[in-house]
Amino acid sequence: MTATESETPTQSETRPDADTRSDASPGQLDRLPRRGAVLRMSEVRAAEEVASEPLGDENDQTMLMNMGPSHPSTHGVLRLMLELDGETIVRSKPVIGYLHTGMEKTGEQLTYLQGPTNVTRMDYAAPLFNELVFSLAVEELVGIEIPERATWIRMLMTELNRISSHLLFMATNGMDLGAVSMMIYGWREREQVLRFFQKVTGLRMNHNYIRPGGVAADLPDGWRDDVLTLMEMLPPRLEEYDTLMTGQPIWRERLQGVGVLTPEEALALSATGPVLRSTGVAWDLRRDMPYLAFDEVDFDVVVGSYGDSFDRYAIRLNEIRESIRIVNQILDKMPPGDYRAQDAKVTPPPRARIDESMEALIHHFKIFTEGFKVPEGEVYVAVESPRGELGCYLVSDGGPKPYRMHIRGPSFVNLQTMPHMMADSLIADAVAVISSVDPILGEVDR
Amino acid sequence: MTLAVGDPYLADGTVDFGDVLLAAGKAVVAFAVLLVAVMLMVWFERKVVGRLQNRLGPTVAGPFGLFQTLADGIKLFFKEDIIPSRADRFVFQLAPYLSLVPAFLTFTIIPIAGDFNGENDGRVTMFGRETFLQVADLPVGILFFLAMSSLAVYGIMLAGWSSGSKYPLLGSIRASAQAISYEAALGLSLASVLLVSGSLSTNEIVNSQAGSGFGGFVPNWNLIVTGFVPFVVFLIAGTAELNRPPFDLVEAEQEIVGGYHTEYSSIRFAMFFLAEFMNTVTMAAIIVTLFFGGPAGPTFGSIIPGWLWGFIWFFSKLLVFLFTFVWFRATLPRLRYDQLMDLGWKLLIPLSLGWLLLLAAIRLVRNGRIDLLDDGGLVAETALVISVSVGILLLGAFLLSMAATAARTERLASRGLTAVAVSDPVVASSSRADGKEVE
Repeated sequence: MTATESETPTQSETRPDADTRSDASPGQLDRLPRRGAVLRMSEVRAAEEVASEPLGDENDQTMLMNMGPSHPSTHGVLRLMLELDGETIVRSKPVIGYLHTGMEKTGEQLTYLQGPTNVTRMDYAAPLFNELVFSLAVEELVGIEIPERATWIRMLMTELNRISSHLLFMATNGMDLGAVSMMIYGWREREQVLRFFQKVTGLRMNHNYIRPGGVAADLPDGWRDDVLTLMEMLPPRLEEYDTLMTGQPIWRERLQGVGVLTPEEALALSATGPVLRSTGVAWDLRRDMPYLAFDEVDFDVVVGSYGDSFDRYAIRLNEIRESIRIVNQILDKMPPGDYRAQDAKVTPPPRARIDESMEALIHHFKIFTEGFKVPEGEVYVAVESPRGELGCYLVSDGGPKPYRMHIRGPSFVNLQTMPHMMADSLIADAVAVISSVDPILGEVDR
Repeated sequence: MTLAVGDPYLADGTVDFGDVLLAAGKAVVAFAVLLVAVMLMVWFERKVVGRLQNRLGPTVAGPFGLFQTLADGIKLFFKEDIIPSRADRFVFQLAPYLSLVPAFLTFTIIPIAGDFNGENDGRVTMFGRETFLQVADLPVGILFFLAMSSLAVYGIMLAGWSSGSKYPLLGSIRASAQAISYEAALGLSLASVLLVSGSLSTNEIVNSQAGSGFGGFVPNWNLIVTGFVPFVVFLIAGTAELNRPPFDLVEAEQEIVGGYHTEYSSIRFAMFFLAEFMNTVTMAAIIVTLFFGGPAGPTFGSIIPGWLWGFIWFFSKLLVFLFTFVWFRATLPRLRYDQLMDLGWKLLIPLSLGWLLLLAAIRLVRNGRIDLLDDGGLVAETALVISVSVGILLLGAFLLSMAATAARTERLASRGLTAVAVSDPVVASSSRADGKEVE
């Protein structure tokens, strides 16, 4: 199925009572700048907008309200400037930068081997994806092949990470809409996944596990049983979520038809991930530009039909199920072998070799002090993170540190769809919209 | 059933020192009982929600964490009381009391014990005087309840308004709109109860539900006599009136950061908190009184006196509803403001109004006021009245939904949108990595 075909809903079963969702009329792209969805516009255009704005009478005042940077449901330190007419949002503008830590700049001071430690802190709900995209970019520049087992370990870990990230979304989305118990349930399941991560990488978050050249360590003994336990535990829990939320009338009322985005708008605003897929555009890098070994596993790309918050919720819920499918296939196909490339110039030698070989000791010392040199060039690599296209742009001047590192954070890009989705809706809808975009502010500000 | 209501100890028309002492004593006891009940309610809610969410809830303060509320209260009492510089100082300081006092007062009309079996009407002898086990048996008891629950909104509204801050303002606007809408549904569903019980006095209402009804074993509760619908409407409207989830838009932490009490701290915040839980206990007690026969219930054996059985019945029924409120909170997502209004005005108010008319028509037949066939037989007329009324109700429902649809279409059209029918999409469509189509 191509992206364009899937834009039309495939199911035709109609429910007469559910006309809360609406079609967007053509020409809506013109509304983007006025709604604040385009952060920069030309001065000519801005002047036109001001001129075309009807002047309201004095009694018809709007209220300006700052939602955030510290607000319970702005997912961290996002600040939204809301222009309110009563409780209706006329216009909104996301203001970012409250979590800016200069990670991209810091990346230029760290060697390629230290890089994953830095990038893993960006999207802290899906740290392994950051490490993955950085490592892939470095490997592309250096031009090394990583062993097959490393590839599959990376797939296993990132798919599990997708599950944990989407579980986090389930938790926060539930809480933002007032289903407070959901928060604990989502956290409970995520905890199990994090426990596995801890066993493999030593840490629950910010693992620094996927590194240029492979992964930091092989999977521990008994990993297969742990993953199987997880995969058995999750599906019934997802059924519980269905009972608690998907089929719940208030839940549907709150999400269906809220924050509607059309495919044209989503593409114009370069949204990716569940935000784009909710509009019916079946764009998933795992399928469309396969990396690792995603072309060897069988999975569905879940898309929505209406581009509303409910679709984004349902997509994430079903992506967990798809990830479970993928993980089960990975369990079957996990090859034996080495977990990192044995290229003495890039990866440190095994500990035992250092005691017997002078060259190994020198390589070890060089790698951990100076770092390895990367040929001159630039590269852009993208992976499908739980939030969308996570890209890494690296420029190397031939030294052991990147000349420039840029991360295309899907949260950051998806953020600009918010003002458009929120316009003409209520404050409660704004909360649902923020939640359904699921931004991670660490990645937005980097 | 007599229409002369009021506590028997006041029936002689004179008030002596003993009467005053009795009234004061009852007030103090009720006050203490309510405070303890609130303390336990907070603990109960936290414990039950905790268990429902796979947590333990409070465990540290006292046995089973029972004194957690006390600890929190003491902590809040010693916190700094901050009044925002832009607040209207007088109103800001007054508002918590406006919220707390009605919450206390409502409880006075609740009969919490007493023996209602046989010829007993719940009176007991205390200090040589016959009295009911409630602080006051007002002839207008239920109206008093409605008045107090409306008054309590002033506290919330003024708190939000006087804070001089935007989130509380939104909260207070929501509070006033919500209270007005749901007061109507609350009152209309109440009217059904008053119709069958024939009195506004809470004691009389309980009395009318005593004994057994249909078949000799089904309780004579208003729940059954009024046909369930008023109870359901009352429960929903009552939850909304309490600002409890799923109708807690007034404080909606995820949207307006706590609403009216955002700017409150220390003991003033504690007062709002107290008032809220007091209202919850009182509302559960009102539901029990109106629909579940209050303290009325059978007695077993003679070891426990009859009036104490009343207390046991009352308290068990109360617990069921307190649990229901907590259960709501742990399960349901919050409604949106416009959906709340829709539910109130388009569903609950027409439904309870229609049901009231239906009950009234049936009563007319029962009393023999309508006797079309001149045979005195009531079956035909009852069937006729019910079918006509149901027909009218259905017609009304149809017209209402037509109006709602027309209004929605117009509203969408004004925004340049058209309504479309919607499929049921969990996965609207999906495709495989290998390009083959599934489903």
